[in-house]
Amino acid sequence: MENIILLGLNHKSAPVEIREQLSFSTDQVAEALKALRAEPGIKEVMLFSTCNRVEVLMVAKDSSLAVEAAKKVLSEYKHIQINMFENLLYTHTADAGISHLFKVASSLDSMIVGEPQILGQIKEAYHLATSNKTSGVILNRLLHKTFSVAKRVRSETGIGDNAVSISFAAVELGRKIFGSLEGKKVLLIGAGDMAELAVENLINYMAGDIYVANRTFSRGVELAERFNGKAVRMEEIDDLLRSIDIVISSTGSPDFIITRDQVKGVLRDRKNRPLFFIDIAVPRDIDPEINRMGNSYVYDIDDLQGVIDQNIEDRNKAAIKAERIIEESTIQFKRWYESLDAVPTIIALRSKMDTIARAEVEKTLQSMRHLSEADARAIIRMTDALISKILHDPTVFLKEKGHYGKNSNYVDIARKLFRLDDNE
Amino acid sequence: MNLLDISIVLFYLLGTVGYFAHLIFQKDFLYRAGFYLLLCGFLLHSVSIGVGFTASGQITVRNLHETLSMSGWIIAGVFFLLQKRLNLKILGVWAAPLLLVIMIIVMQLPREPVQAVKILDSVLIVFHVVAVLAGDAALALACGVGILYLLQEWDIKNKKQGFFFKRLPSLDMLDRTGYACIIFGFISLTLGLIGGLVYSKTTYGRFWGWDAAKEIWSGATWLIYAALIHERLVVGWRGRRSAIMAIIGFIVLLFTFFGVNFILKGQHGNFTGL
Repeated sequence: MENIILLGLNHKSAPVEIREQLSFSTDQVAEALKALRAEPGIKEVMLFSTCNRVEVLMVAKDSSLAVEAAKKVLSEYKHIQINMFENLLYTHTADAGISHLFKVASSLDSMIVGEPQILGQIKEAYHLATSNKTSGVILNRLLHKTFSVAKRVRSETGIGDNAVSISFAAVELGRKIFGSLEGKKVLLIGAGDMAELAVENLINYMAGDIYVANRTFSRGVELAERFNGKAVRMEEIDDLLRSIDIVISSTGSPDFIITRDQVKGVLRDRKNRPLFFIDIAVPRDIDPEINRMGNSYVYDIDDLQGVIDQNIEDRNKAAIKAERIIEESTIQFKRWYESLDAVPTIIALRSKMDTIARAEVEKTLQSMRHLSEADARAIIRMTDALISKILHDPTVFLKEKGHYGKNSNYVDIARKLFRLDDNE
Repeated sequence: MNLLDISIVLFYLLGTVGYFAHLIFQKDFLYRAGFYLLLCGFLLHSVSIGVGFTASGQITVRNLHETLSMSGWIIAGVFFLLQKRLNLKILGVWAAPLLLVIMIIVMQLPREPVQAVKILDSVLIVFHVVAVLAGDAALALACGVGILYLLQEWDIKNKKQGFFFKRLPSLDMLDRTGYACIIFGFISLTLGLIGGLVYSKTTYGRFWGWDAAKEIWSGATWLIYAALIHERLVVGWRGRRSAIMAIIGFIVLLFTFFGVNFILKGQHGNFTGL
């Protein structure tokens, strides 16, 4: 009976220096797959590598042999000594391996629980395995199950619904205010990683014109080029407030960059269209009093963090529900997997019967030479029919019981009852 | 009270349950269940209205029982119409319980045999009644959307990503939907009032009766919505102010509908009399 073995390391088990050394590019994965497949102990294999994990999923008769082979390939291929990473690896076999795979694909094992990229990465890895012909019956079935589990977790628990980073929280809020962000004009004041990331996210959601205001104009021009936007001077902010929809501010200024009075002055010109301020700066750039005015919304860094904390809490709740789905699916997959076990037994049973019947028929026919050829064929057909009829119920039983976990027991008894494992 | 009325109330009740379950659990099948149950209620309600009409040959708005039932039916009709156009799932959370409450009140009201009312034979009056009620219905929906807007805005302003934040659509969507309801309601109300005025002119020889409280209050209601639309177009009154105005407008409208008849007297007496 083949085993499912999963060997890997992730952000929890291994430091980034080791993960870096062991990470594979797409081309490298394809080559490593061939090397793994060439190992005699490994029947099916796939490998996935992201910045947070490297995992090898294998089907093999002997688990420990396969694990050693996989370690060897990793070590040789990545030029890193086995003892450098051996202790950081985890090995899951059978159920544990299946449910680990389900968890990874459902993004429960991710650094940011619920992040959506991982499923795509696994799909890609599976695609590589199929195109290199290193996956087989068991991995194919397992991976298809994995994709459906991940999809189910996503839709039933809503684990990926809410933003858990500052920049996504800003997008989420923007969408609650504006509905669609399409064509919304964005003003970035100052610079900074988080602010730039927020602008990028807004652009992903089809935001319209981007303006960049910076104390150092040249730096502003540089940033504006990156976003395909327009650099403006700080003095122009007042004027821009009449047409802009979203302001992201992240300057080092000790005073407010935009005050209540400034906004009050333009509200009428804006025809009260909503204005959303995202204030990532500490000390703050946007007067919080603006939030009290009609159709104006101000979120500072703490408010955004609050949104994220709330969302993370929700995700953790969703994760509990997801665990249940995974447990269920693991059991389902195991049933199918174990039912595979019954098939060889059924075949062996049938062939034993056939052998006996053939021998007996031959003996009988030898003593009954007066029978015509047609008569002899009729007798052979009859014995075939007899075997089929006799074996029908046991076959159905083994196949069905194969789905109820204790299968190995029944299969075992059947094998003993008919002495299928005796070769003499 | 008969079986038909009870079934209508029951379906409106189930529809309400469906919509609220969808609000809480956010499952699509609950929304669909709510929608179709409410639709069943509406179809039965249509049967009930149709039976009343064929029995008397008149539009059934001759006492409060009939008028309220007619209003409920028109609200449901306008709801399904606007729902199809605006595609705002959350609207049912307001419309379904509103229908339920109206029909429960209808069931409590005496269902006395009514005399045929002569003026209801006039096509103009039928138009007047239906258009005004359809306008009222849309404005009732606008009020509900306004309330939802305020809830959502409160969550966003106070930085609470709570129950409503996740479940309600964006402010922009609510604002636009509310405005669409108001425009529809206002146009319908205006046409209805014009119909009434024309009838008044041809029958009583005057457009406007200053002695009739209903007419004065109708005029006031109309002015509130006219002001709201004007302000929106000119200075861009939107968002919270627009929502609050929609709610105030609806309260005045309710008073016009009920209060005037109970407290004051006028020629619309029978229409909502007991």
